[in-house]
Amino acid sequence: MESLTSDVSELRGAIAPVSSDTPQGPPPIRRLQLEDPAAAREATAPVVGGFTTARRSIGAPQFSIRRMEIDDVSVHYGEKEAVKSVSLPVRQGEVLALIGPSGCGKTTLLRSLNRLTELTSTARLSGRILLDDVDTKSIEPTLLRRRVTMVFQQPNPFPMSVFDNIAYVLREQGSRRARKKTLEPAVHSALERAGLFEEVKDNLDHPALKLSGGQQQRLCIARALAAEPEVLLLDEPCSALDPQSTQVIEDLIVKLRDDVAVVIVTHNLQQAYRVADHVAFMYLGDLVEYASATALFGSPREQRTKEYVSGAFG
Amino acid sequence: MGSSLTTPPPAPPPQAKREPTAAVEGSATWRPSDRIGLVVCWALGLLFCAIAIAVVLYLLVQGIKYLRPEMLTTPASAGYTQAESGGFSDALVGTLIVATMGIAIALPVGVATAVWLVEYGRPTALARITESTIEAIAGIPSIVLALFGTVIFSSTALGFLSRSSEGVVFGRSFFAASAMLSLVALPLIVGSVREGLSSIPRHVREASYAVGKTKAATARRILLPSSKPQIATGAMLGLGRIIGDTAIIVVLLGATQNFAPVEGAPFPLNYLRGAGTTLTNFVYEASPTGNLNQPEKAYAAAFVLLLMVLALNAAVDVVHRRARKAGTWSH
Repeated sequence: MESLTSDVSELRGAIAPVSSDTPQGPPPIRRLQLEDPAAAREATAPVVGGFTTARRSIGAPQFSIRRMEIDDVSVHYGEKEAVKSVSLPVRQGEVLALIGPSGCGKTTLLRSLNRLTELTSTARLSGRILLDDVDTKSIEPTLLRRRVTMVFQQPNPFPMSVFDNIAYVLREQGSRRARKKTLEPAVHSALERAGLFEEVKDNLDHPALKLSGGQQQRLCIARALAAEPEVLLLDEPCSALDPQSTQVIEDLIVKLRDDVAVVIVTHNLQQAYRVADHVAFMYLGDLVEYASATALFGSPREQRTKEYVSGAFG
Repeated sequence: MGSSLTTPPPAPPPQAKREPTAAVEGSATWRPSDRIGLVVCWALGLLFCAIAIAVVLYLLVQGIKYLRPEMLTTPASAGYTQAESGGFSDALVGTLIVATMGIAIALPVGVATAVWLVEYGRPTALARITESTIEAIAGIPSIVLALFGTVIFSSTALGFLSRSSEGVVFGRSFFAASAMLSLVALPLIVGSVREGLSSIPRHVREASYAVGKTKAATARRILLPSSKPQIATGAMLGLGRIIGDTAIIVVLLGATQNFAPVEGAPFPLNYLRGAGTTLTNFVYEASPTGNLNQPEKAYAAAFVLLLMVLALNAAVDVVHRRARKAGTWSH
């Protein structure tokens, strides 16, 4: 199908300028301009079991403690079943990556961990999600969401100063009573843990929306860390960022895994390979394979996984 | 499909041919009907500009010609000549009073309604009814609202809001007029604030919920501050409507030319419970169709009115420019 459309547009391109609306959807891979021809040859060479060029920036975990347990969880949006009886452990000391093509339910699964799915009125969840052996359904949502915080795809600092973005999390519901002085140490430490403090320490009063995209996203991570969570959820945190910012954040994710259990949703396979200890591959709501990153990318057990990580679909 | 995965990538098509053409496209290649349409659009745009400029320029010239500073400080009075009939200070102050009181009622109610509609909106049926009610209010001519107001404010239960003697309630006062004028402003405020709240991406709300904040805290500390420009726009539009309304003033403020404070009431209340006038009413009365028939003063008062509206527009611009400078999210 893709080859067909590209052939047609090439034909047209030879006759007349291609009007901007002809190519629909993502451009076919063949059009990619590669700066280094050698790299192109390497990429087209068949790679057994996926790719081997990405370098893992993550060492073996020092320890791993089970913090959350996803137990036979299904999520329905009305009639549609977005997640189909998935069971997974979430461990502190490790990074868990959820991968899979768009619409595979990985984000829905992530959002159900801190009960954000409940904000969608049509969403229904069955099964159990345990946080330290306590069913999350029995934890008050605002408390749960302070223990299981989340960072989103688009950087979304609040429209206030860098300092206030963190202070907002530390203060009681919407109150401004806590004094700046008393919050300062906690704000600074959150910014430090997110590796942002050195860059913004002189500009804590500046509006957060004026930071660069990468800094905004690290501010969002700092904000999520300020609540002192046990689990940190990251929903494609780098997809809106440039490669440098992505690397900074990936390094940060790896650094954070000892303090909090980290779950990252990504559709960037190389990223999953670089930062994750365990990877769960989901497809159309099913958990197809759950394995260590090296195992899942190096020698996938399932045919679907093999095809996905080698780029046959997605 | 399969073959495309294995064949080596062909050379990319020449860049020159893929150059987007829209930016440099002229209308020379368009169909005649489209070209006529373009001309009509241009002509209409220019026409409206011309009308606006003509009104402002005309009032500016007339206003500067007739406006005397003492008109702003002397109330209207009965007199045989223009010089004896005073200015319109009571009307100016009256406008300021109804504007302040009207917006003081409409703004909190409007913002609260908008927040409820966008952020809560449950039960859905009630939200839908509220929505169409507000739309209905926006569509009601203000003279109808004014008549409705006389019914309400002439009731004995609300006698404390206007002049009343021996059980008969006059029903016309700054309170009555401001309350009804706030209804005129309300739909504009609700509409504008709703627009502001809806333009905030969902993930921003969720980011606040995701650190354990309640809906109320999120609305108060994140959503409303982010909607500041739209709140300001709504308030300014509402103020413009309040300042510009005449029907409600004529019917519910008594259509006098001076303040008529209620005797025996403490200071601000005696004026607020009494009848009065505003600039629009003064312009109407001073125009050749009105009882005063002193068009020069009508021009002067209209000029003051225009300056107020222009100042409001400029204020909205400033708020929006500041908000743009503060940055926003991507969706």
